[in-house]
Amino acid sequence: MIWLTWRQFRVQAAVVFGLLAALALGLAVTGPGLAGDYRDGLAGCGSGEACDRFRQHFFSGHQVQLVLLSAAVLLVPAVVGLFWGAPLVAREIEGGTHRLAWGQTVSRRRWLAVKLAMAGTAAAAAGGAATLAVSWWSEPLFKAGAGNASRLEPALFASHGVAPAGYALFSFVLGVAAGLLFRRTLIAMAATLAVFAALQFAIPLLVRPHLMTPVRADIPITRDTVGGLYSNGPGGPVHVEARTPAGAWVLSRGVVDARGRSVDAIPLKLDAGACAPDPSRMGPKDSCFQQMAQMGYRLRLGYHPGSRFWTFQWIEIGVFALLTAALTGFCFWRIRRLS
Amino acid sequence: MTAAVRTRGLGKRYGRRWALTDCTLDVPAGRVVGLVGPNGAGKTTLLNMVVGQLAPTSGTIEVLGGAPGGGAAQLAKVGYVAQETPTYAGLTVAEHLRLGAKLNPRWDDAVARRRIERLGLDPAKKAGRLSGGQRAQLALTLGIAKRPELLVLDEPVAALDPLARREFLQGLMEAAAEHDLSVLLSSHLVSDLERVCDHLIMLLEARVRVAGDIDDLLAEHLLLTGPRRDPADLPAGQHVVSASHTDRQSTLLVRTTEPVHDPAWSVDRVGLEDIVLAYMTGGDRRPALEVIS
Repeated sequence: MIWLTWRQFRVQAAVVFGLLAALALGLAVTGPGLAGDYRDGLAGCGSGEACDRFRQHFFSGHQVQLVLLSAAVLLVPAVVGLFWGAPLVAREIEGGTHRLAWGQTVSRRRWLAVKLAMAGTAAAAAGGAATLAVSWWSEPLFKAGAGNASRLEPALFASHGVAPAGYALFSFVLGVAAGLLFRRTLIAMAATLAVFAALQFAIPLLVRPHLMTPVRADIPITRDTVGGLYSNGPGGPVHVEARTPAGAWVLSRGVVDARGRSVDAIPLKLDAGACAPDPSRMGPKDSCFQQMAQMGYRLRLGYHPGSRFWTFQWIEIGVFALLTAALTGFCFWRIRRLS
Repeated sequence: MTAAVRTRGLGKRYGRRWALTDCTLDVPAGRVVGLVGPNGAGKTTLLNMVVGQLAPTSGTIEVLGGAPGGGAAQLAKVGYVAQETPTYAGLTVAEHLRLGAKLNPRWDDAVARRRIERLGLDPAKKAGRLSGGQRAQLALTLGIAKRPELLVLDEPVAALDPLARREFLQGLMEAAAEHDLSVLLSSHLVSDLERVCDHLIMLLEARVRVAGDIDDLLAEHLLLTGPRRDPADLPAGQHVVSASHTDRQSTLLVRTTEPVHDPAWSVDRVGLEDIVLAYMTGGDRRPALEVIS
């Protein structure tokens, strides 16, 4: 059975792992250069503010690559579910070859178990390999962009840590289950894609933020805690946004007044008075922040700190392990009833 | 004599439609048994239950003394050449043999290789590039080399041309004789089965219509031709299978174990095909077909 599974699976496996190898090769070639650029830049930037600027520049200069690579990592589970999982049983049923396979001296249960075990291991390995390669390559970017890029942000969270391996295994079993349910490869592929995509949107938006209680903090307004100031037109009230704590995944940000009520904006002006522009530097004068603080305004943040990354990863993989186990159970239940 | 397959009140329902109902059969062992019936009569359903790939909705089934599909020992005893003789298009002939060898403890590699060689199949050729006849032969080779006690074949020659059909059935006969196989073979064509079977089961509209040794069926069915009369007037031992009437003449196909003495009838023997056709068109559940001649 192992031989047959391998014989039927090898082409699909070769395609996916071939693409992954090409990706890894590209990263291996460019990775050391990227890390070197970062090291050299830090060594040559001198003062604190200049180094901050370098980090900012370095991060934003490679942000596109990071987004693309994260997308590539997320693509692995989708591909594995669509092209390994969905056809696994559905293609046999379409071709009638399941009758041939089950006519041999091998029970359906064993037939399915070997296929799930072998291709499932490959799926998890593919997801793991992709995320490992990309995490290694993008390490300097996270060092540089600690303030801007949180690995807890949905797109980065899904493509780093252990989650992608779990997604890949889940997506593969999802494909198999869809194939067993619909008995048609194309329908199974469509269903797999729909469910997997829906989960990738629903979980970060609706589920993950609530898996742990977010930190709620009221922060005094100072030059360091404010990330941005703006007003809609000259003379309008000032909107203030809190600076994101390093590595944090911010769920909500706002401003509260002295009595703790949420306010939309602070009744000051950016073109006159305390908040008039400071000719000697970027942004308003220090008096602006002092004035706001004196009026009793504070910044309110709800967020998950970056240190929770691994906790969230393990919770996530636990959830997906449960889903995968349930789908596997369904597969074995369903194959007995398949006619 | 032990039964290869024994069913009691066997039935299978898909949704609200019964594909097979109230099927009680004893398929003799060591014989070549034909299963005939029009498309949709329930042949594939019955065969899938025999090999254990389908669970019955009602009734019981016993194959070679065991429950179909119940464990490796049972699977090893029953070979199956499924409808349309499926093979893996991407695997070569040799890889199919390897598949058989890996998945069957009783695999007879010598038999498999000899058959492939005699058929002139190129072991390196992919099954997807074989002709329909060759593909069927490959599927049959897998079934035979598994060395089962019962080989079940579902319409194996339906898609084949007459020559490939003859070769396939010949190969099947040789293997059955050589390995002392019980064979259960379905077809919607009586002519295929008449050549190779010695026992016939006829399914019609999800029910078993007739079952018996072909010699007995041929001996017991008689065509009576004579002046027009009501079939209900026949003696008790004569069961009308089909009846057709013209203004003056009646033609009846009857099943009887006793000789017909009535001098009004002219009595003829009929071929198996005509008997089966009579059951399909006539019988007590359908109005007799009026033949104008």
